Amino acid sequence: MTINTLARGGWDREQMACFQKMEKVIVAMQDPDMGMKMRNQRLLITVIPHAMTGRDMITWLIQKYCICEEEALHISGMLVRYGYVYPLKEPRSLVLRPDESPYRFQTPYFWTSTRWPASELDYAIYLAKKNIRKQGELMEYEKERYSVLHKRINHTWDFVVMQAREQLRASKQRRKADRIVLECQEQAYWLINRPQPGAHNVLDMGLERPNNLSARVTLVSDIITFLYVSYVPVPFVKYSEQYQNHDPIMQGCLPSNPWISDDTAYTRVLGHLVLLVPAFAAPVDLVERWSFSFMELLNDIMGRREFMIYLEKEFSAENLCFWQACEDIRHGESSRIVEKVEEIYKNFLTPGAARWVNVDSKTMDKTLKGIRHPHRFVMDDAQMHIYFLMKKDSYPRYLKSDLYKNLLAKAIMNCPTCLFVLSACSPS
Amino acid sequence: NLMTDESPRVPEMATQEVQPNETLTHLKTESDTLKTKLEEERAKLHDVELHQVAEKVDGLGQFIMKTRRTLKGHGNKVLCMDWCKDKRRIVSSSQDGKVIVWDAFTTNKEHAVTMPCTWVMACAYAPSGCAVACGGLDNKCSVYPLSLDKNENLAAKKKSVAMHTNYLSACSFTNSDMQILTSSGDGTCALWDVESGQLLQSFHGHAADVLCLDLAPSETGNTFVSGGCDKKANVWDMRSGQCIQSFETHESDINSVRYYPSGDAFASGSDDATCRLYDLRADREVAIYSKESIIFGVSSVDFSLSGRLLFGGYNDYTINVWDVLKGTRVSILFGHENRVSTLRVSPDGTAFCTGSWDHTLRV
Repeated sequence: MTINTLARGGWDREQMACFQKMEKVIVAMQDPDMGMKMRNQRLLITVIPHAMTGRDMITWLIQKYCICEEEALHISGMLVRYGYVYPLKEPRSLVLRPDESPYRFQTPYFWTSTRWPASELDYAIYLAKKNIRKQGELMEYEKERYSVLHKRINHTWDFVVMQAREQLRASKQRRKADRIVLECQEQAYWLINRPQPGAHNVLDMGLERPNNLSARVTLVSDIITFLYVSYVPVPFVKYSEQYQNHDPIMQGCLPSNPWISDDTAYTRVLGHLVLLVPAFAAPVDLVERWSFSFMELLNDIMGRREFMIYLEKEFSAENLCFWQACEDIRHGESSRIVEKVEEIYKNFLTPGAARWVNVDSKTMDKTLKGIRHPHRFVMDDAQMHIYFLMKKDSYPRYLKSDLYKNLLAKAIMNCPTCLFVLSACSPS
Repeated sequence: NLMTDESPRVPEMATQEVQPNETLTHLKTESDTLKTKLEEERAKLHDVELHQVAEKVDGLGQFIMKTRRTLKGHGNKVLCMDWCKDKRRIVSSSQDGKVIVWDAFTTNKEHAVTMPCTWVMACAYAPSGCAVACGGLDNKCSVYPLSLDKNENLAAKKKSVAMHTNYLSACSFTNSDMQILTSSGDGTCALWDVESGQLLQSFHGHAADVLCLDLAPSETGNTFVSGGCDKKANVWDMRSGQCIQSFETHESDINSVRYYPSGDAFASGSDDATCRLYDLRADREVAIYSKESIIFGVSSVDFSLSGRLLFGGYNDYTINVWDVLKGTRVSILFGHENRVSTLRVSPDGTAFCTGSWDHTLRV
C-alpha cells in the first residue's frame, strides 16, 4: 500500500543489465524441473517452507555453469549481496555461507530492480514500523535517519504513521511463518537500499555518464569499396606462436620473474633485466626478438643502438639518423617544428649535404615543396620511404651479419641454463 | 593468408549531401539496408572463425597467478593506473583526488599529489619517466613533472594541457613527453601539444561519452582507437582527425580498449559483460569472450606480451583470463574486495597490475 512516488528516469544502464542477468539466474534456480530442490527449514520453533542451504546453491551453480567451487561461491555471494537471496539465520549479515545455513529467494516485489529507486516515503514507513513494533529496535544509524526523515517529510508524517500502523495490523493477522518471512524480506531490501554507514554499498555505481546522444546521424562519408575477401585469421596464431616463448607470464622467465623471486642479483640496464656480468650482456630473449620484425628492433633502445653501429660500418647510418630526426619532429614540441625542419633540410636533404639521404625524386620534390610551409607531418613521406628502405635492405642484412650473430651468441652464453638450440631458450 | 575470392560488390556510397527534404528516418533506413546487404554478402563467403584456426594450437595448461604485491595508500576508490617504461614504477589515481607514484617492486610511495578535483579517472606516465599526466572531473589534463627532490611540491610545477567541456576519462602520452591524447565525457578525443597547451587535432564522431583510448603500436604510428557510451569503438587517423574505422557490436558502454601487440587488432571490454576482439584488416569482430556465469561488466582489458592471453578486470571484483585464440577462459582470479577499475600489463610482460574500488592496487 505504499506509493512509489519517484519516477524511473535516470536508471543506470549498466545496473539494469546486471540485474536482468542475475534475475535470469534466480529464475533458473527456481525452475520446477531443472532448478534447486527446496525444503522446509526449521527456525527455532517455526517451520519455514521453500528454503535451501548455501551448499545447495553452490552445488547447483557448479553443475549448471561448469565452474569451480570458488567461482560458484563468488556468484552465490553476489546474489546474496544484491538481495536476490537472503539468509534466515543472522538476517542482517548478507553473506553466503557454503554450509547448511538456510536461505530463501527474495520475492520479486522486493527486488531492487522492481522498486527503484527506493523511496524515502517507504523507508520512513519501514522505520516507523520498526519503531512502533518494538521500542529500541532501531539501530543507532536508523534512529538518526528516522529523525532526519521526520524533519524532511514532516508534512506527510501522519500518513507515514498511519501506513505503518495499518501494515503492522495486517501482518498480525498472518501466520507466524509468513510474518517472519515478510520481515526478513523487507529487512534484506532495506539493508541493500539503505546500507549501514561504513558497510559495503553494492548499489554504488560510480560517476553518472550523461550519455548525450546527439540527433545527428553520422553518415559514413567515405567511399566504401566492398572488395570482400574470405577471412582466415591465421596472422594471430602465427604472432602468438612466435612470441609465446617470450611471454613471461605464460612461459616463466629466466632466471626468474622478478616479482616472484625478488631477485636483486639482477640489475636493470637501461630498463632491461640483465645479469651482473662484467662484459656487456643483452638478454637473449630481447636479442632474439629483434629478429621478429623491424619494429621490434627499432622500438628497443639497445636494438636501435646496435643497428646504428652496424649501419655506421656500412656507411648508411644517415638513414637511421634521418628517421630519428623525423620522429623527433612528429612527436616533439610544436614550437620547435620549424627549427627542426630546417636542421633536417640542412643535414639530410640539401644536395651535397654531409648526410644526404637517398629519397626518390617524386618524394623529394613533394617534401621540398612542403618545407616551405613546415608542419608536423611535412617529413612523413620521406620518413616512410627511408623506413622501408632500411626495412627491406639494411635490416635483413643486419640479421645475417656477424655483429648480430656474435651478440646473440654472447647473450646465449650469458643465459644460465640455456642450451644450444635457440628456440628452446626461455626468455631471461 | 587471405584468400582472394570473387568480389561481390555492394554499391559504393559516396559522400552525400543531405538534401533538405531527406528526413533522418530515411537516412537511417538507407544505412540499415546497406548494413543488411553487407552482412548477407559476407555470409555467402566462407569465413573461418578464429577459434577454428586455433584448433591446431596447443591448449594452455593451468595458470597459477598470485598477487605478488599489494599497494596500500589510497584513501578511496582507485580509478586508473599506468606503468612507467622502467617496468617497476606505477602511477595511480583515485576518487579523492590523490595521484600517487609508487615503486611497485618495493611498494614504496615516491610521490604524491592532491588534485583540486575529485574523481581523477585518468592518469598516465610519460615515456621518459619524468612526468605524469592526470585529470578527471576538472575537465582538464594536467602534467606534473616528477622531481627527484622528494620535498618539492609537485603541484607548484603543474601544467594544464588539455581542456574539455566535460570530464576527462582517459589520457595517454604519444611516443614522447611532448604530446598527449585525451578522451572525454564531452564525446570527443583530442591531441595536445604539452609545451604550449595547444590543441593539435580533435576527433569528433562518438555520439556519447568517450571512455577509453589506446595508441596503435604500428610502424607508422598514426592511429588510435577509442571506445564510448555509444557502444562504438572508433579507429582514428591522428593526422587528419578522421574516423577511419568503426565497430558497433557491443550491447553496452565500452569501458576499455587495447591493441593486440602486433597492432592488427584490438580488444574491448564492456558493461555487457563481454570482451571482444576486432581485426582491423578484416574490419570486423572476430571473437567474443563471454560466459553465462559472468554477469558483471568489464572495466578494463590488456593483453599479455605475446597476445595469447587477454586479462579482464570485472565489476564483480574478479579478473578473468582468456585464451585469445581459442576463446575460452583460462583462469579466474579473486582477491579484490570491490570492483576492479583498471588493469595494465607491465611493459616487459612479467606481471600485470590492477586497481580497485577497494582502495588498493595489486601486482
